[in-house]
Amino acid sequence: MTTSKATTSANTFGGIGGNLPRPDGTLKVRGEFAYSSDLWLEDMLWGATLRSPHVRARILGIDLTEAIAMPGVHAVLTHDDVPGEKHYGLDRRDQPVLAVDQVRYQGEAVAIVAADHPETARRAAKAIKVSYEPLPPVVDPAWALDPASPPIHPGGNVVRRQPVRTGVFLDGPGAPPADVVVVGEYEVGMQDQAFLGPESGLAVPAEDGGVDLYIATQWLHVDRDQLAPCLGLPPELVRLTLAGVGGAFGAREDLSMQVHACMLALRTGRPVKIVYDRQESFFGHVHRHPARMRYEHGADADGRLVYVKAEILLDGGAYCSSSLAVVGNAASLGAGPYEVPNIHIDAYGVYTNNPPCGAMRGFGAVQACFGYESQMDRLAAACGLSPVEIRIRNAVSEGSRIATGQLVDTPAPLAEMLAELAAMPMPDLPAERPGPDLRDLPGGVSQTTRGEGVRHGVGYAVGLKNICYSEGFDDYSTARVRVELLGGKPHVLVHTAAAEVGQGLVTVLAQIARTELGVANVTVAPADTRVGSAGSSSASRQSYMTGGAVRAACAAVRDRLAAHGPAESLTEILALTGPIEETREYRHRPTFPMDPFTGQGDSHTQLALCVHRAVVAVDVELGLVKTVELAAVQDVGRILNPIALEGQIHGASAQGLGLALMEEIQMEGGRVLNPSFTDYLIPTILDMPPMRLSILEHPDPHAPYGLRGAGEPATLSSTPAIVAAVRNATGLELPRVPIRPEHIALT
Amino acid sequence: MAQRKMTVTVTVDGVRYEEEVEPRLLLVHLLRDRLGKTGTPIGCDTGNCGACTVMLDGRSAKSCSVLAVQADGSEILTVEGLASGDEWHPLQRAFHEEHALQCGYCTPGMIMASLDLLQVNPDPDDTEIREGLEGNLCRCTGYANIVRAVRRAAAESREVSGA
Repeated sequence: MTTSKATTSANTFGGIGGNLPRPDGTLKVRGEFAYSSDLWLEDMLWGATLRSPHVRARILGIDLTEAIAMPGVHAVLTHDDVPGEKHYGLDRRDQPVLAVDQVRYQGEAVAIVAADHPETARRAAKAIKVSYEPLPPVVDPAWALDPASPPIHPGGNVVRRQPVRTGVFLDGPGAPPADVVVVGEYEVGMQDQAFLGPESGLAVPAEDGGVDLYIATQWLHVDRDQLAPCLGLPPELVRLTLAGVGGAFGAREDLSMQVHACMLALRTGRPVKIVYDRQESFFGHVHRHPARMRYEHGADADGRLVYVKAEILLDGGAYCSSSLAVVGNAASLGAGPYEVPNIHIDAYGVYTNNPPCGAMRGFGAVQACFGYESQMDRLAAACGLSPVEIRIRNAVSEGSRIATGQLVDTPAPLAEMLAELAAMPMPDLPAERPGPDLRDLPGGVSQTTRGEGVRHGVGYAVGLKNICYSEGFDDYSTARVRVELLGGKPHVLVHTAAAEVGQGLVTVLAQIARTELGVANVTVAPADTRVGSAGSSSASRQSYMTGGAVRAACAAVRDRLAAHGPAESLTEILALTGPIEETREYRHRPTFPMDPFTGQGDSHTQLALCVHRAVVAVDVELGLVKTVELAAVQDVGRILNPIALEGQIHGASAQGLGLALMEEIQMEGGRVLNPSFTDYLIPTILDMPPMRLSILEHPDPHAPYGLRGAGEPATLSSTPAIVAAVRNATGLELPRVPIRPEHIALT
Repeated sequence: MAQRKMTVTVTVDGVRYEEEVEPRLLLVHLLRDRLGKTGTPIGCDTGNCGACTVMLDGRSAKSCSVLAVQADGSEILTVEGLASGDEWHPLQRAFHEEHALQCGYCTPGMIMASLDLLQVNPDPDDTEIREGLEGNLCRCTGYANIVRAVRRAAAESREVSGA
């Protein structure tokens, strides 16, 4: 059920504001959409990867003899065969294409094979003999903070430390006096993006000595800019085309098999396809940073925050990936969307020998949100206030400043959102008595009781997320728009490099072009590197950035058309001029670095809010949780496509539910224990409850159409709201997510 | 590594195929790698995600959990054979128009599992829809629009059949 305060009226020809169906949906419901794993060329070879079984080890030698001798094997390559730079990486080029002298995590790629059949390739990879000398790993991120821990990379194990200091904390660590002080320590487990379509791609060698790569990714140009140096090729000889993407959620921001497939294709002169299976996928991409957090909140007797102190430790694993930016987010958003006069935050990202961690939906803000929202509930209890009231009393609004000192200069109606959420009708609760319908109980029909131990609980949480890239990054997108007559009718072609990963960008870009040009017939061309960079499909930024670029290119086309006078129709003008094409780059207003000592600075371009209410049923004897309902209020500035937007909020909420109740990559000594969908659980249709949504439109005057990025915020607030509801039902502290049955039943 | 080959005869989306296969070959690999039916994707390899669900002799089956030789003599319907020419099945129309998909990787399996559900129960309520689809994972949608699409397809199918 959704109520929308939308003032946007859906127009008749498919412009912004309407419930347009996705153009790729027609192929997707017919099984005709080509995912990267479906690509096929008659003469292609199959690639396979040999990965390290060790968490940390020195490589003493690699013997390829047996693998090379196997019939059907065309190439077996190691780091010696990397044509150019041997390392790549998003924030730092610290990750080897193939392990050089040592391996730093279990699953690190050591050698690659191309063969005429995938099974031959896998057998050949197994036949490679690597001699390892295991080394003692650093798997405890707290130890990694210690300068005495063995350095995993030159320069030590601290990737980034970002302090935030405001108010009295500019003078020292001593906290100001407060009537009420609550302290809590919290932990977030390692979550996986668990997209359904595993990593895959097809590299095709070209006659000009270059390579064409068809790949499921989030950012074609940043892939190319890491690929080309590793291949020793100029960027123009490395051409990427987006293949069908089976979900992303951050896991495709880093390279996986891109360099490997291209190396094998260039070496063999044949197209090479690599498809990971699910287990390899767990080792083939970065995960969400696990976090350990200590929070201290001080408030006056009325529950108004006096200060927040926090230490946030993020485990970045073996390579940097995007840890620098994740730490920046955890620090700058670490106090949440509250007015706090005195803030003392230290956020750290460290190297360990755990799997590398990087981008996942919510990106550093998710972990901090679980910490500060758990604290707000403690504070509410200590002050004798309701969870909603404590949040309303401290809520930011337009004119407030967040932890970085940055002014909230756009609408931020958090208090109103909370009031609306609290006023939403509650779901009908199954009776708390023996003999109810088993299907309504936690555990469903697997329940072994009659529900005697079932208790209900309600929880609230809010989340604050930055939209677009922050901290001075030159964030831009490029769009090329061409208007011409096709079959005597005006037609618009929109060409960008922006990755459609499932979020619905292609729909929105076509809607924008229709609105701007008044032409119904719009095609969005396949994304590739023949047009300038669109930036990443992450940070909830593509509607804003590539939407902004399409809008700007359309305006440029309109200007050229206008030169022909208003009297003539578009068809008449185009008949005279022929095709009109314009390319534009779009940038959001600039952001600035955080001060290295105080964290102060206008580091974000846009901030977004979401609030959740969760209602749960908990079987306190069995430790099982059923989420009965999730309700959410999110402000998106301007709704471009209501049904697609709701889908984003539903999906983001589901991933937050997963983090609250089930999703964790479990490790022992740096080894992953559950790299499969049998053992790594994501929410099923029975785990995810119906949702009640209210979507608000308070425009951001700095953004195209006033829109606010919408893909991530609901991922933040859903987790702490569910945990708060379970705490409410059980009276337990539950300082760690995901909550496991034994945290409830065996305490 | 040579294995004894066996001949299997299957009808897939109305077309009869005779293939020599190794006994260990999975049905999903027969469909994808031998018959080019890539509309049926592989998501997990362990029978959990349901992306590879097809109709096997009229009931839904996860094609990663069936050997090709077990399907010998069977009639198989994949998502590619669901429409009659340009006339989409009500489930296809509903999944598209109700925005019951984002990346779409789960969609073929979701639609085929829903087809089985509606065959058994032409008028399911939301709880029954959720129970019927619990073996199919979707990572994008949070499932809300999928429930709505199946409900709508059920209503449209009942109208068509005059029920």
